[in-house]
Amino acid sequence: MTSAFRRLLDPVIDNNPVTLQILGICSALAVTTSLATALTMSVALTAVLVASSTVISLIRRHIPNAIRLIVQITIIASLVIVADQILQAFAWQMSQRLSIFVGLIVTNCLVLGRAEGFAMRNGVGASALDALGNGLGYSFILLIVGAIREVFGTGALFGHPVLPTLAKGGWFTPLNLMMLAPSAFFILGLLIWFIRTIKVEQVEHEGTAIISADEARKP
Amino acid sequence: MIDLFVQSTFADNLALTFFLGLCTFLAVSRRVETAVGLGIALLVVQTITVPVNYLIYAHLLSAGAWGWLGLPEVDLTFLRFVAFIGVIAAMVQILEMVLDRYLPALYRALGIYLPLITVNCAILGGSLFMVERHYDFTQSVVFGLGSGFGWALAIVGLAAIRERLVYADLPDGLKGLGIAFIVTGLMSMGFAAFSGVALP
Repeated sequence: MTSAFRRLLDPVIDNNPVTLQILGICSALAVTTSLATALTMSVALTAVLVASSTVISLIRRHIPNAIRLIVQITIIASLVIVADQILQAFAWQMSQRLSIFVGLIVTNCLVLGRAEGFAMRNGVGASALDALGNGLGYSFILLIVGAIREVFGTGALFGHPVLPTLAKGGWFTPLNLMMLAPSAFFILGLLIWFIRTIKVEQVEHEGTAIISADEARKP
Repeated sequence: MIDLFVQSTFADNLALTFFLGLCTFLAVSRRVETAVGLGIALLVVQTITVPVNYLIYAHLLSAGAWGWLGLPEVDLTFLRFVAFIGVIAAMVQILEMVLDRYLPALYRALGIYLPLITVNCAILGGSLFMVERHYDFTQSVVFGLGSGFGWALAIVGLAAIRERLVYADLPDGLKGLGIAFIVTGLMSMGFAAFSGVALP
């Protein structure tokens, strides 16, 4: 039980896929202008990740080695189509705000990385837990960045006013930079600095090779 | 057309404004030499796949595309993720074979980067943007060229900065990934400054 619990919680902070392994940031930052979009994206990605890892782990003994990447991508793409159609059917406006980024879960290195790096070699239960843990780790970063950008960019959280803005007679001037792309880079950079100051063992030294997206993808 | 090229290269830069292809962007930008190789490979693949995906989308997938067969109500748009990924993987494979046959020197230089590009978000993102923004064929060629060029420019720039950063005295926690993000943010601001450029 404890090992299952560790597998679930380990990727949230200790081995976070976004800050440590630079996996999955392609789609992570573009949807963080508000907390609502970040939350929707987190749920969509975690659902796809858990489903794809489970399916790939189930059929891992039947996938020929030479074409495993194509099989994995096809499974992931099919699941993303389902997620995209569900969003369009039940949350049309949200799917418009997420624009192309739900579709880009197909090429999200995190999903393919966990499929290739874990689900291909482990049982169904372990793969599902690992996927859920990594999904939570991804969501954790996404929600923090989304919350910071929405509070300081508009003075609201989930659309409800938190800081009274000048326009409504308060004191807070919304920072327009928070709504633009560069702020996401700055916040994530500072967040990595913060995490690595607490967890000193994560600091990169000269020549340290961290597990990069490319290595995770290498056949 | 020039307008679209400049816009997709700078103001709408795929890596710096839409965060596409960032995993590779940060992982392969430690040295200028490798960054140039990957940048060129991405530029070539992007310029080919966006127009090809346009043709596939317009003639096979979009609503009413099967009208000439007497099936006007067939709408296969939901298949676009699978179709685009298949086209991208096939194009990369074909490009590899063509380069191997006719330009072996270039093939050896780009060899290891080409397979990586299949799963690069920037390529799929480019094709999805082409659909979302309703580009026509010429526009999709220009958009493919411009966005590929912009991505290549950004990764070479970042690699050049990171090579120099090795000598900088940074706080321990900021080394590597942390400072790379902050530099990318600064570059993003620089590229966004071109959004005011409008050519007649």
